[in-house]
Amino acid sequence: MGFFDRLKEGLSRTAQQIVGRFDEIVERADAPADRTRAVDVETLDALEELLIGADVGVAATDAIVDAVGTRQRKGESLRALVTEEILRIFESAAPVPPPVDPPRVVLVVGVNGTGKTTTVGKLANQFTREGRSVLVCAADTFRAAAVDQLQVWADRAGVDLVRAREGADPAAVVFDAMAAAKTRGRDLVLVDTAGRLHTRVNLMNELDKIRRVAAREVPGAPHEVLLVLDATVGQNGVAQAREFTSVAGVTGIVLTKLDGTAKGGVAVAIAHDLKLPIQYVGVGEGIDDLLPFSPRDYVDALFQVKW
Amino acid sequence: MFDTLSNRLQDTFRSIRGETRLTETSVETALREIRLALVEADVNVQVVKAFVDRVRDRAMDQAVLKSLTPSQQVVKIVRDELLALFGDATGGLVETTARPRVILMLGLQGSGKTTTTGKLARWLKKQGRHPLVVSTDVRRPAAIQQLAVVAGQAGVRVHDPAGEMDPVARTRGALQEAKNVGADVVIVDTAGRLHIDDELMVELLAIRDVAGPSDLLYVADAMTGQDAIKSAGEFHRQIGVTGVVLSKIDGDARGGAALSVVSVVGVPIAFVGAGERLEDLEAFHADRFVSRMLGMGDVLSLIEKAEEAIDEGEAARLEEKLRRNAFSLGDFRDQLRTIRKMGPLEHVLKLLPGMGQMKDLAANKPDEKSLGRIEAIINAMTPEEREHAEIIDGSRRKRVARGSGTSVEDVNRLLKQYAEMRKMLKMVGQMTGQPVGPGPKKKKRKGPFSLMR
Repeated sequence: MGFFDRLKEGLSRTAQQIVGRFDEIVERADAPADRTRAVDVETLDALEELLIGADVGVAATDAIVDAVGTRQRKGESLRALVTEEILRIFESAAPVPPPVDPPRVVLVVGVNGTGKTTTVGKLANQFTREGRSVLVCAADTFRAAAVDQLQVWADRAGVDLVRAREGADPAAVVFDAMAAAKTRGRDLVLVDTAGRLHTRVNLMNELDKIRRVAAREVPGAPHEVLLVLDATVGQNGVAQAREFTSVAGVTGIVLTKLDGTAKGGVAVAIAHDLKLPIQYVGVGEGIDDLLPFSPRDYVDALFQVKW
Repeated sequence: MFDTLSNRLQDTFRSIRGETRLTETSVETALREIRLALVEADVNVQVVKAFVDRVRDRAMDQAVLKSLTPSQQVVKIVRDELLALFGDATGGLVETTARPRVILMLGLQGSGKTTTTGKLARWLKKQGRHPLVVSTDVRRPAAIQQLAVVAGQAGVRVHDPAGEMDPVARTRGALQEAKNVGADVVIVDTAGRLHIDDELMVELLAIRDVAGPSDLLYVADAMTGQDAIKSAGEFHRQIGVTGVVLSKIDGDARGGAALSVVSVVGVPIAFVGAGERLEDLEAFHADRFVSRMLGMGDVLSLIEKAEEAIDEGEAARLEEKLRRNAFSLGDFRDQLRTIRKMGPLEHVLKLLPGMGQMKDLAANKPDEKSLGRIEAIINAMTPEEREHAEIIDGSRRKRVARGSGTSVEDVNRLLKQYAEMRKMLKMVGQMTGQPVGPGPKKKKRKGPFSLMR
């Protein structure tokens, strides 16, 4: 099953709802005679409400609605216009960091309960199957049983786990993991960190320390910092992305739990406001339910265009 | 939580306050700001519309426009309408005669069910109950273990038959064990699930039917966006929800989801979780919550926190000392510890009226470390020095600085502040003819806050 099918399956319920309303709007605006006219105000209002309701946020919604409203239409459908604008936002985001000499260090960060540990498990599995040698580092020494949870995922993926006892200094575990990766000659180190609210200054500083320790042991590390966001999150997701980027230098977003009814529209807001790319989406609880993000497929699946 | 929303509303009202009379235009300006603030706070679009319409109807009333204090009238209207949204339900748990009382925890993955279960168990224990907790989350790796650890921290009994992987059997076993050991509350933690996961919903129904809960608490992440209504609504429709626990409100999420869930799904908020420590769970109080949103502070919560942290006998002893003006550095250290027991200083500060407007102070907010440093300095003194600070001469100051890892300047500063504080206490005592104690609040104003500036 390709990206599109999997995503569509995950998004199907979401899509049914959003598409149902979107179709109504489109029908009103896309009568052949209207296709050469500017989109009317009533339709724009409905579109605005729809996007806000999908957590796209005020700024990005304004940008999309304005762009659609001021376009001189030459027969394009409303759907095509909206899709184009959302894609434009995704394309404006920064590129994914280029590959480096091994070991490549990937730091996984986020607030509590977004699915960081699960994402690390899924990533470990995916990279292992691609033939990379992966090492997982359990730097969440705070949450009760977080290390055990990661151990289960590591076993499922068949990769080594560097762990310490609960309550240990996470930076020390990261240090051990860097050393282990070098001696064992691993390509990739995935570091799972404890969930922290982006407003907790001391916990955020801990991330900075982890970064510094990693950079001292492996040049250029961490090469990627993935922020895990729950698709159900609202506009606070933007605040999270902003704070984590300023402290931990986020390079990309993982959008999890897209298999619910949530639309994860905040991804559009983040791409719009902060130019951060979405790298992966989580669409289920299975070890394979993590997919590389493809903007066009995402938007298409959202509006369920027939191929 | 709601910080930014409250800031925005305050800005709006500040601009209204400047005008002696409201006009329809200025009301509309304020309403637009309110609407935008609510939408950005993730409040459901329909709820926002209805809310703004209600406020407009009342604000445009000629009596309001012509009154001498129209802006205050508008603030009052907003406050009333927000309160009305939350309903008149009081937070916490409703009385029930069921023994054991069974509480079923529901929610999406990652909303904070297991942590909340531990917090709730601790809260109940504080109320003199004997809770027993059980995890029925056989799905998420190490979930059962996590609850066991959390229960251990809370000091409550956990039902955990090794190898039993049937959620319904685990529930049944927990009820039986509760009867055997005389536990009067059973909290059943469940696997996080999406509201559209039919298989898990069926499992949840089976657990519910066996458990016969009097409380079904839906744990909602305060950061949830527009989807909140759908997920909470679906849980309510399929399983039934009696109360909401709003988790993670200690971040800067504006928590508009709470407004939506309460007003659309019609379920009251029972508790709010505001931190990672087990004691960070409070019964929800709509009036305090709304006051905090509007920057009116939350003095009641503060007093409650203080009461929880302060030992009565200790307070009486201190009062006596203050009366005799014998407040020593040792007492000062005890006070510091009490304040720190109330939780991170930031939380405590947020509850004070007016602090909402001082968000710009964030840069030089009192730092937990300086409290630690002060404590270290006092710790490095001998008992005699603590009782009689005046004997601390230059060489003793050097020793104390070395012993506490600080500088002589730090020690000097502390001693100077302490001397000033005593002078002030003495003055206040003379002025009122009353003892200054026992209020921990008094201490906070005179004490560490002035030291941290």
